[in-house]
Amino acid sequence: MLDWLTGRLDPSYFWHGWVQFGGQAGMVLGLLTLIAGLTYFKKWQWLWREWLTTQDAKKIGIMYIVVSVVMLLRGFGDAIMMKLQQALASGNSSGFLEGEHFQQVFTAHGTIMIFFVAMGLMFGLINLVLPLMLGARDVAFPTLNSISLYLFVAGAVLVNTSLIFGEFGAVGWLAYPPLSELAYSPGPGVDYWLWSIQIAGVGSTLSGINFIVTILKMRCKGMTLMKMPIFAWSVLGAMMLVVVAFPILTATLFMLSLDRTLGMHFFTADLGGNAMMYINLIWAWGHPEVYILVLPAFGIYSEVVATLSRKRLFGYKSMVWALMAITVLSFLVWVHHFFTMGAGGNVNAFFGIMTMVIAIPTGVKIFNWLFTMYKGRIEFMTPMWWFMAFVTTFLVGGATGVLLAVPAIDFQVHNSLFLVAHFHNTIISGVLFGYFAGLVYWFPKIFGFRLHERLGKAAVSCWIIGFLVTFVPLYILGIMGATRRLDHYDPSLGWQSLFIVSGVGTMIIAAGVVLQIVNLAYSIWKRHELRDNTGDPWGGRTLEWSVPSPAPHYNFVREPRVATRDPFWEAKQNGSSVFSGPYRAFSLPSNTGLGVYIGGAALVFGFAIIWHLWWLALVAFVSGVVLLVRRTFEEDIEHEITAEAARKLDGHVGRKAAV
Amino acid sequence: MSSAATTSTAKGRNAPRQSAEGMSSSKSGVAFWIYLMTDCVLFATLFATYIVLKDQTAGSATSRDIVNLPFVFAETMVLLLSSLASGIALLYAHARKLRPTLIWLLATGLLGAVFVAMELYEFRLLVHEGHSWRDSAYLSAYFGLVGTHGLHIFSGLLWLGGTWLYLKKRGFTTRVMSRLTMFTMFWHFLDLVWIGIFTIVYLMGAL
Repeated sequence: MLDWLTGRLDPSYFWHGWVQFGGQAGMVLGLLTLIAGLTYFKKWQWLWREWLTTQDAKKIGIMYIVVSVVMLLRGFGDAIMMKLQQALASGNSSGFLEGEHFQQVFTAHGTIMIFFVAMGLMFGLINLVLPLMLGARDVAFPTLNSISLYLFVAGAVLVNTSLIFGEFGAVGWLAYPPLSELAYSPGPGVDYWLWSIQIAGVGSTLSGINFIVTILKMRCKGMTLMKMPIFAWSVLGAMMLVVVAFPILTATLFMLSLDRTLGMHFFTADLGGNAMMYINLIWAWGHPEVYILVLPAFGIYSEVVATLSRKRLFGYKSMVWALMAITVLSFLVWVHHFFTMGAGGNVNAFFGIMTMVIAIPTGVKIFNWLFTMYKGRIEFMTPMWWFMAFVTTFLVGGATGVLLAVPAIDFQVHNSLFLVAHFHNTIISGVLFGYFAGLVYWFPKIFGFRLHERLGKAAVSCWIIGFLVTFVPLYILGIMGATRRLDHYDPSLGWQSLFIVSGVGTMIIAAGVVLQIVNLAYSIWKRHELRDNTGDPWGGRTLEWSVPSPAPHYNFVREPRVATRDPFWEAKQNGSSVFSGPYRAFSLPSNTGLGVYIGGAALVFGFAIIWHLWWLALVAFVSGVVLLVRRTFEEDIEHEITAEAARKLDGHVGRKAAV
Repeated sequence: MSSAATTSTAKGRNAPRQSAEGMSSSKSGVAFWIYLMTDCVLFATLFATYIVLKDQTAGSATSRDIVNLPFVFAETMVLLLSSLASGIALLYAHARKLRPTLIWLLATGLLGAVFVAMELYEFRLLVHEGHSWRDSAYLSAYFGLVGTHGLHIFSGLLWLGGTWLYLKKRGFTTRVMSRLTMFTMFWHFLDLVWIGIFTIVYLMGAL
């Protein structure tokens, strides 16, 4: 009778055995502790005013990173469970995970790591430093920026909600139909997958637009495109990919959800649906996505290597061209994810060759970094260690990628652990190490103190050793014929010892993760000793180092003016300043809770659709529209800082600007 | 539209940087163009899927069975007139004439609403005749593509309603001018998409 009220929420969805209960209990307890702590220390108002409603890109960036780190721990927990299962489950032992649960774990692992860790760290880092690097006070649209953040958070919350209410998809991180269709996955799991990334994906598209406009319209005086820091170029490339690729994802997920909720037949196995269309579309987004993640990491490496080698970046122009070439080429390789589909020899040959071609600009970049280091005065600080860990292992990942680009070889190792090893090799050492390098490098600029060097280097060591011990066995296992996503195998295959080695490697990585957390805690404890009083702890070259650490919320009191590619470095050499001219009035965006409310409405909307609570979906949708319309009637969305106040701010900071 | 565009650039040159009227160069103008491109990719995806699935009728209705060209032609005219009305409204807005602007915007909205109503009527008729979106991949693609365009028109109407109220209450502020310009861009864009739908779904479907 009350079916319309409760949709398909059903008590049977809440109990899935003790292993999952552990996860559920842990999450609920963590949440309760957080709420209790905030209440006990009376921090709710502070949280709302200083953080949740902020329009400051740097704080928004920090919130992105906090959510991503929490999700990283969850995704890594999934990885440990899989490794443990595979090390144990041979012969008579069936491990500790049931098949269905194992499938949910690997689906959640991939989804979380790509959408809620890598994407989140990327947007977080861009928010932290892009405006500072461009000499801007904020991004082009601060409120839109905070809406993007909360759409991302809403998606992340939905993924975690699936742990308590119901289940997650058991279909792999890209949910290929027809398995992901209603006929084979009737539960709410696939819908959780769909709506969490649909909501976060819309946020990503909005961020893409925001950052492109920031780069095109917000650069300080004198900074022509060819004088931008390479990081800004890499962000421009990545964001151009975002705005072209993410709408494909949105449309594709939209069609799959129409199949699942309205009974349509876009990708079903019956009545003319075409699952191969889905696979083409999802990879037409999915391959550019890989470059969306890695281009900003390349940008970070470029900044780190130049700064810590005390040299101008080698081959700036070729770097820009390489970035742009990758941006274009990344749309011409998607079929290499499914050579085995049977598109025909000529099609496969085209995409195979394009895949090999895209390795060329990437190679250009590697040489540029190495030539930057050549005859430089290299300082072996933690970010440099991350770079060296990257450049050695990424080369292997790139080489195995070129192997896989040959369709004839790909047919042999398609969907094997060789492939799994390959993409972890590129994504962990390319993307993740890059973001870690960026976090260590820009940490003092944001928080005002550095991270501890020796603990940081110990973490790098554990990560790189653990990485090799985990994934080299997977290359070997793949060649031996082990397919991906196995939860059990026969002992006669002789795979178990390699799986155990791989599991040990994961434990070494875990030690690296623990060291990173310890490093953070220890550095906060010792923050007075590690304080950065100069604002320029690494001997930086670009504008973000010209302001004090932590960077003030308005970034620059006076707008900088630049004439060269390394303006701050040259100002230091000449004894001049990037800040000149009189103080001028400027305006700053006022705080608003709009982002939180929109994110909340999106979260409720997603939850309602997943559980077929149509009335609630309607309520959430209408309130979202009302919120947006009301916002258009608000006038006081900015407040002004007068020229006089700006001058005082400069004095307050207690330091002559620049140098 | 062309005269409106010239006025806006001419003004934009003298106005301070990032004024709302220099739409081709303001922050929100650039952002809105990029947004339109993302929407364009979204429709491209749906068009591609439609073209792949259009012959997958699984024994139920084919495109020739469901296309009613005279009706769709009338629908098209209504939408084009709505677009024209929005253009005229923008011209009056640039001349800062409030009453005619409001009236032409009202006409834009009414014609848009008629279009949505006609589309819903068409959908209802199809379902009544036993051609549901559940029956075949072709029908799913048809309802999916045409319906997504309809949803865009519907959200455009909501946007127009908000802007209309704002304009009536506050008169010609820089923000409302920027919003009006963006709305008309959106409206013309949806027109273009509809021309694509008219050609690929209806005209080619009737062959």
